[in-house]
Amino acid sequence: MSWWWILALVLVLLLFGIYLSMTAGRLDRLHLRIESAERALDVQLALRTAITIDLAVSGLVDPVLGAVLTDAAHAARTSAALGVREREIAESDLSRTLSLAFVDPEDVSEIQRDPEGAAFLEDLGAACRRVELSRRFLNDAVRACRQVRSLRMARWFHLAGRTSWPQTVEMDDTPPPLLSAS
Amino acid sequence: MRVGLVCPYSWDVPGGVAVHMRDLSESLIRQGHEVSVLAPFDGEGVLPDYVVDGGRPVAVAYNGSVARLNFGWKATRRVRKWIQEGDFDVLHVHEPLSPSLSVLACWVAQGPIVATWHSSMARSRALSAVFYLAQISMEKVSARIAVSEEARRTLVAHIGGDAVLIANGVTVANFADPATLPGYPRAGGTLGFLGRLDEPRKGFDVLARAVPVLAARFPDLRVLVAGPGDPEEALGAVPAEFRDHFIFLGRVSDADKVRMLHSIDAFIAPNTGGESFGIVLLEAMASGAPVVSSDLLAFRRVLDEGRYGRTFSTGDPQALASVTSALLEDPDARKSMSTAGYERARHFDWERVGREVVAVYESVVLPGVKVREDLRGQIVGRLARSKTNDVSAS
Repeated sequence: MSWWWILALVLVLLLFGIYLSMTAGRLDRLHLRIESAERALDVQLALRTAITIDLAVSGLVDPVLGAVLTDAAHAARTSAALGVREREIAESDLSRTLSLAFVDPEDVSEIQRDPEGAAFLEDLGAACRRVELSRRFLNDAVRACRQVRSLRMARWFHLAGRTSWPQTVEMDDTPPPLLSAS
Repeated sequence: MRVGLVCPYSWDVPGGVAVHMRDLSESLIRQGHEVSVLAPFDGEGVLPDYVVDGGRPVAVAYNGSVARLNFGWKATRRVRKWIQEGDFDVLHVHEPLSPSLSVLACWVAQGPIVATWHSSMARSRALSAVFYLAQISMEKVSARIAVSEEARRTLVAHIGGDAVLIANGVTVANFADPATLPGYPRAGGTLGFLGRLDEPRKGFDVLARAVPVLAARFPDLRVLVAGPGDPEEALGAVPAEFRDHFIFLGRVSDADKVRMLHSIDAFIAPNTGGESFGIVLLEAMASGAPVVSSDLLAFRRVLDEGRYGRTFSTGDPQALASVTSALLEDPDARKSMSTAGYERARHFDWERVGREVVAVYESVVLPGVKVREDLRGQIVGRLARSKTNDVSAS
């Protein structure tokens, strides 16, 4: 009789171990996904900044707008070193500056008349759209990870190890409406 | 970019998802990307050179109907081999909830993965285990796309998380050829219908019962009917003297479908349900045919609440007849609807839709990161590794 009890106990422990190992595997994959999503967002933000600066110094926009764009892009580029929150603010500022810069259909079509200008605006619009997508995918991964990390078993058995609690990126990433339409 | 696409359903059985994937692949190839599609294949016909044979599906009972699925070690090894050799920058699986090659691909791969949700699905107790497993395998997916608001809602409600809405597309250029069927266009009024006759949700019966009403006003009315099914059976409810108004073309080729759409005065879509997106309307609009459709939610969205086509209350033959006869009597309205509809179809052109999908790819790929096999964290995955090693050794 006691034989069966021991066998059943071993079996339960084994299944429990498998469950823990699988949950740890899930968390591992989710952390990896967050990491790649963060890198992807970094790449897209850097691209957006680079295109903005290129456009600002291309001579296609007036000098005042050029200065404003360069300043916002520069602030965004250097903000990463200051901290997470500072970066979110600087990148949001860049989004708003871009939206204000290309708010007048007349201005936009003036730039688009030049083939080089049209290509610039298309690239910029696409880059803004990709920033929006990347951030959305990152926050999606963070939400999924938080959900698994809040499981009782994950907390009791410290399945997440020493990784920090995942953070979403909160910023204004609305692409300039006139550029995203094209 | 090297893109690996996984199709859940047989490539040689035309269906919404397979057609979507064909158009997507061709759009990606036109944009200069390298594409490989892994799809189940029954061995009928020839595969295009970008499609890889994913094996013959097996018919099994699943979720209340018979589904044709690929599973087992042989299928898993095929998927593994395809991923190993593909060296993809991004893996794009379709319909990840249907147990198929898509699920296997999600299971054995890691790296940038994108998933597209096509259909909406109600959660049932029998499926809750499937949803749980889907939730776990979806944790690997970096980006999710839904083709319709309904599909997105299924995902949000049952799996959690969000999806980018990228509507289905139509390749407008494929419908441009203005050739018509011999003898058309003709006077007297010609209507068109497209779809299976024996599938009640396509609504042929609604149209059939509207024809006697219409014939009273338009004695020369003709209805071109394209789609598989038995005409005798489909006309069961129609009195014998009205049957001459119908011309059955049977299952038509793509070229004949375009000719048919260019031959008609109005395209009728009397569907009574089951449409998550009105691709059939877009095809008619891309051909310049004015559209009359039932007022299903999906159709109303495509027609933008009646701006690009006329609607009638779903399943009502009288309403269909009155909307259609008003349109047949008004050639000016038909002309302006044709122009407006064409512009609307261009909004859903694959050129544009394809670029949006590529934007999603670009926002998840990373330089130097490829799609690789995933063997971590899965006991079963580790077992499978020893098995693939055996195969390569022998």
